[in-house]
Amino acid sequence: MTLFAPAVSRVLGWATLASLVVLAMFGLWGAPPDRVQSDAQRLMYLHVPAAWIAYLAFGVTALGSALWLWPRTRAEVWDRLAAASAELGVLFTGLTLVLGSLWGRPVWGVWWAWDARLVTTAVLFFLYLGYLALRRVPGAPDARAKRCAIAALIAFVDVPIVHFSVTWWRTLHQQATIFDPELKAHIHGVMAFTLWWGVFAFTLLFIWLLGQRYRLEALEETRQDRELEQAIAERVRGRAAPLPQAPEAEEREPAPSGAGAPR
Amino acid sequence: MNIWEELSLVARKDLRIEVRSRVTVQQILPFGLVMLLVFAFALDPDRGILRRVAPGLLWVAVLLAALLAVSRAFSVETENGGNDGLRLSGLDPAAIFLGKAAAIALELAVLVVLLGTGCVLLFDVQVKSFGVLALASLAATVGVASVGTLYGVLAAGLRVRETLVPVLMLPVVAPVLLGATRAWEAAIDGTPSDAWPWIGLLSVFAVLYVGIGMLAFGPLLEEA
Repeated sequence: MTLFAPAVSRVLGWATLASLVVLAMFGLWGAPPDRVQSDAQRLMYLHVPAAWIAYLAFGVTALGSALWLWPRTRAEVWDRLAAASAELGVLFTGLTLVLGSLWGRPVWGVWWAWDARLVTTAVLFFLYLGYLALRRVPGAPDARAKRCAIAALIAFVDVPIVHFSVTWWRTLHQQATIFDPELKAHIHGVMAFTLWWGVFAFTLLFIWLLGQRYRLEALEETRQDRELEQAIAERVRGRAAPLPQAPEAEEREPAPSGAGAPR
Repeated sequence: MNIWEELSLVARKDLRIEVRSRVTVQQILPFGLVMLLVFAFALDPDRGILRRVAPGLLWVAVLLAALLAVSRAFSVETENGGNDGLRLSGLDPAAIFLGKAAAIALELAVLVVLLGTGCVLLFDVQVKSFGVLALASLAATVGVASVGTLYGVLAAGLRVRETLVPVLMLPVVAPVLLGATRAWEAAIDGTPSDAWPWIGLLSVFAVLYVGIGMLAFGPLLEEA
């Protein structure tokens, strides 16, 4: 029913809050202002971790979908995990785009540039927005899980292709700083620490939110089941008004009653 | 029957439906052509803008028409229980996928030829390397048709399919739009060497989604 035991979730929640407070303190005061970009650079302490979480989340969605599809590991938990993670992924991708845009305005002078990584992120956002739309289509749990798992993998396979195509198309983005082997990153120690701390804090946040979203998903499903049972029970007792529209009934097109049925 | 015979059986079935109903000829192809006209209204036809952006416009038109073709390919199955027929036919699901994708790809190829001719006649485009053009178009149409067939069957049983398929499909085929447009630009400029990386990308895309489609079509058809 839940991803974590209540006690674990509570500890995780408080640890997340504490690490975010530490991040805010280091990000706003602890780290020195950047020599070139001055205070605008502080947005990187949120932008980079948000982008990392977005990728992590879509990775978890792909993994959950693959594990659901694999007959030996097929279990409801993977489907719910994929759904919860995709939603967080879209949220953090959106956050990455907004934060990047806010940073781009003072530093690059534009809200948006047609740069490879920006375009890839935007395509990623829409890829998984479509996935979330598909998730919202009601249906029998197994059929929906199968549909969504395959759609998630179709989208996931596309990510490297989008990345390559867009990179060939154009490149202007600040090259990776920390992982650039030639540069030997001479970032100020506190700045590097703040960035890594941001990644850590956001990872905690992601895990905690994942647990919450998972629980919500499970509760929603339980509610739907109960509503349906209740409606049937009332109907059986013959006392209730017409059956409320159960979401399950929406799943399919009504079967044509005959070859000449009007459509 | 081997997989090739099954493939051609399904493809011929779909194409025969199109020949008889004329939906592709009378609705989807004219839709693509009218887009060329609409683009000329939206952009200034006098300053050579159309000539420069013709490849992009052409592939946007092809993608939008592909959405219609996909929707059409699966509405003929949903009507009169065609999906049940396919499931019960005993054909290999991979062959059904390939057959339906081949039929869509053929329709799109015809559209590409028509629109390409339209670009030459209306937008004053002069093509220098036809071989590159043909290769890029082939890889692109196969890729788009495969993704379309996959999403078509995925959404076939759903009420919201007409609105769902575009939002799912367009981001996935975004690299095809990029690759096909750049390859066409190279072919028009007469610099085929610029086109080869894009043709490679389009081919990888096509092979990948043909593979996924062959694997995933069966499980998806069960739910359609």
